[in-house]
Amino acid sequence: MSIAAIEARALTKRYAQVTALDAVDLTIVQGEFFGLLGPNGAGKTTLISIIAGLARASSGRVRVMGHDVTDDYRAARRSLGVVPQELVFDPFFTVREMLRIQSGYFGLAHNDAWIDEVMVNLDLVDKADVNMRALSGGMKRRVLVAQALVHRPPVIVLDEPTAGVDVELRQGLWQFMRRLNRDGHTIVLTTHYLEEAQQMCSRIAMLKAGRILALENTRDLLRRIAGVQVALRLRGDLPPVLREQVIERYPEHVVLRLSHPREVGAALEACRHFGSDVEELEVAPADLEDVFLQVMSEAPRRSAS
Amino acid sequence: MNPPAPMAALAIGRAPAPCSWVGFRTLLYKESLRFWKVSFQTIVAPILTGVLYLLVFGHIFDTRVEPFAGVHYSSFLIPGLVMMSILQNSFANSSSSLIQSKIMGNLVFLLLPPLSALQLFCAYVLASVLRGLAVGLGVFAVTVWFAPATFVAPLWIAVFAVAGAAMLAAVGLIAGIVSEKFDQLAAFQNFLIVPATFLSGVFYSVHGLAPFWQAFSRANPFFYIIDGFRYGFFAQSDVSPWLSLAVVAASCGAVCAVALTMLRRGYKLRT
Repeated sequence: MSIAAIEARALTKRYAQVTALDAVDLTIVQGEFFGLLGPNGAGKTTLISIIAGLARASSGRVRVMGHDVTDDYRAARRSLGVVPQELVFDPFFTVREMLRIQSGYFGLAHNDAWIDEVMVNLDLVDKADVNMRALSGGMKRRVLVAQALVHRPPVIVLDEPTAGVDVELRQGLWQFMRRLNRDGHTIVLTTHYLEEAQQMCSRIAMLKAGRILALENTRDLLRRIAGVQVALRLRGDLPPVLREQVIERYPEHVVLRLSHPREVGAALEACRHFGSDVEELEVAPADLEDVFLQVMSEAPRRSAS
Repeated sequence: MNPPAPMAALAIGRAPAPCSWVGFRTLLYKESLRFWKVSFQTIVAPILTGVLYLLVFGHIFDTRVEPFAGVHYSSFLIPGLVMMSILQNSFANSSSSLIQSKIMGNLVFLLLPPLSALQLFCAYVLASVLRGLAVGLGVFAVTVWFAPATFVAPLWIAVFAVAGAAMLAAVGLIAGIVSEKFDQLAAFQNFLIVPATFLSGVFYSVHGLAPFWQAFSRANPFFYIIDGFRYGFFAQSDVSPWLSLAVVAASCGAVCAVALTMLRRGYKLRT
């Protein structure tokens, strides 16, 4: 079995009275596009901070590409590129200076060819000699992404990279990340845009109050938890047997949530039996937002990878 | 964004072998470039301050005070002002760089790479020593035209200049690490560094003080930095330069150890 890109074991972080992470176990395999979802304060940024060495775990261990983040921090940090959530920058330097400096911190002195390539891909070439202070928010975000890539890390972590970013940049960024993923980079993403996670991530972990509530292949998670939504317009009343499945009620129609597509037939059969003809039917695919709300409303329970 | 470039170009694992010496060198370069880019504020302004001190105090005391036998007050004052500038600017460099990075949030750029605590320490201290020495040389180069200068023991001058700068650079690192806001750092500056430099014999020889203040001065490590530094110019000092060297070496070693330990533990830097 190949080495995991990120492996957390019984990872706990306590700040005074608050438990930010509670014995989290998580394995992200190489080449995954992994989503880390959860409400504010769920522990996403704390988890990323410990992986990146910005915070120290109260107990438990984390390895990046097999390297322990404290005992073998040099190798672990070389394997990791982090795009921080905050739009931070150093006002003393230009974009190119910033990227050269960041590359140097990782021990790479002659890295201009790669820096140029990253700048081309992130559309930063025109801004190469512009001071960081003079850049727009979106441009600063691109520089943060470029900084995370200067040392060609096999694992890239993006902490809410598209918060407050315009549509064009968001799409460009995802296109670029998909390509990096295809080239073998492992991508770990936290986001509030569930649609984005649904589109991009092959596997998803949902965190709440420092615990992983769900950890599954995106498609399975959608199927298992959200099922399918069925909008029905009936001539007549809804059979009592289906009332529990109603999630939305409109004057003309109702929306049911069924746990599996195969239940659609049974539901239609129930209507026919009850004497209510189906005049209109629409089956909508599962939506990560429903899954998210459903998981978040459940009582926290621990789930292992 | 641009259409994707050829795929192969982005393949991982083609990066040249990293070298940790490059990390240190880069941080030293960045820290030096940081103050050099605003040198009007970080070098020229403190030189002007030093010159103003000499003009004002020299004018008042030249005809009235002879701190050492046969030494003009202005000649006596110049090494004191040079050293005061070195100390204050070394402190200002490391402390302000660190607190700015903390408050701006860009300290993360230093915490994510594989830089060791020792590399961070050495780069910050060395850059601050460079700024301290640049200001000190500047103050000397301008003030020396106002009074005759002697260099009896240049080696002592160099040793105390570097040791004093390194010590205050380390104190600056500690202040920058401990402080969370600019006003906390200003408190360090206003209530520790400025009083300690002013009461260390920059402007006077402690021999002229009352016994209590003499004892008070001798408890201040900055006194030994300035006294030893001055010995290099006049071969006269309030205490033996060897004693000064011992005190300065011990003090410098102690603050360096504290700063390095803080960095190693990630105190207030890594949560």
